[in-house]
Amino acid sequence: MSWRDTSLWTWHVIAGLVILILLGLHMGVMHLSAVLHLSGLNPADVDNPLDWRNVAFRAKQVFFMISYVVLLGAGLFHGLYGLRNILLELGPGPGARRAIGSLLLAVGVVLFVIGTWAAVVARTTALAG
Amino acid sequence: MARVYPNRLGIKGWVVGGRWGVERYLYTLHRLTGLGILTYFLLHVVVTSSRAFGPASWQRAMAAVGAPIFHFGEFLVFAAFAFHAANGLRLVLVELGVLTGKAEEPVYPYKSSLNVQRPFMVVMMIAAAVLIGLGGWEFLGL
Repeated sequence: MSWRDTSLWTWHVIAGLVILILLGLHMGVMHLSAVLHLSGLNPADVDNPLDWRNVAFRAKQVFFMISYVVLLGAGLFHGLYGLRNILLELGPGPGARRAIGSLLLAVGVVLFVIGTWAAVVARTTALAG
Repeated sequence: MARVYPNRLGIKGWVVGGRWGVERYLYTLHRLTGLGILTYFLLHVVVTSSRAFGPASWQRAMAAVGAPIFHFGEFLVFAAFAFHAANGLRLVLVELGVLTGKAEEPVYPYKSSLNVQRPFMVVMMIAAAVLIGLGGWEFLGL
């Protein structure tokens, strides 16, 4: 394993631990809100985290905006690097290996830009409205 | 240049090809849940970005994915996350050598590091099952 592969794998593991914490929080807020009585994070309706008033409440918080961006970056890297490993394990040729790496990198960068833009603009929208 | 070994079994090798322990099937499930979560995540980023355009856009996006089949799909993603997280934590601890036991001379009867981590594996699977049960409780609106 090259130094680059070792480094990427280490970041894959670190990203996994970051996801464990932030996605655990996200899943708690979105899927266990009523069970865990998280009315502080879903003040409009604890049974409906997707209600716009709850979405806007969370979007206004700097903590949530930053955590969404960090989770987005960690999730994209962890998931796309994992997918890359699975695909490379199937033994594609050198050209296909490069194409897989470039395509997944492009997908990751585009989605990171879209998601980060949405987190920042949603905060501005929520604060204004 | 890294040496590339032939992968003769391909994807089939995830489930067949040997008499493996339960951890091998957790490995297969880890990959399948990872691929499922990734597929959902890529779509989730696009759909939830609609909140940037305000409440009307958000409500349109949520209405588009409001059918019961999507709610059930979300529960499956939650269950996949619970398993992937619990098993992933075990894998990290195994990789760091925390759960493999100390190296010792191979004297019969041999001790396998797989057996050292197995109690933790059972604990993690119980934790995942409890989380999935709680998610199911909320999903069913009990």
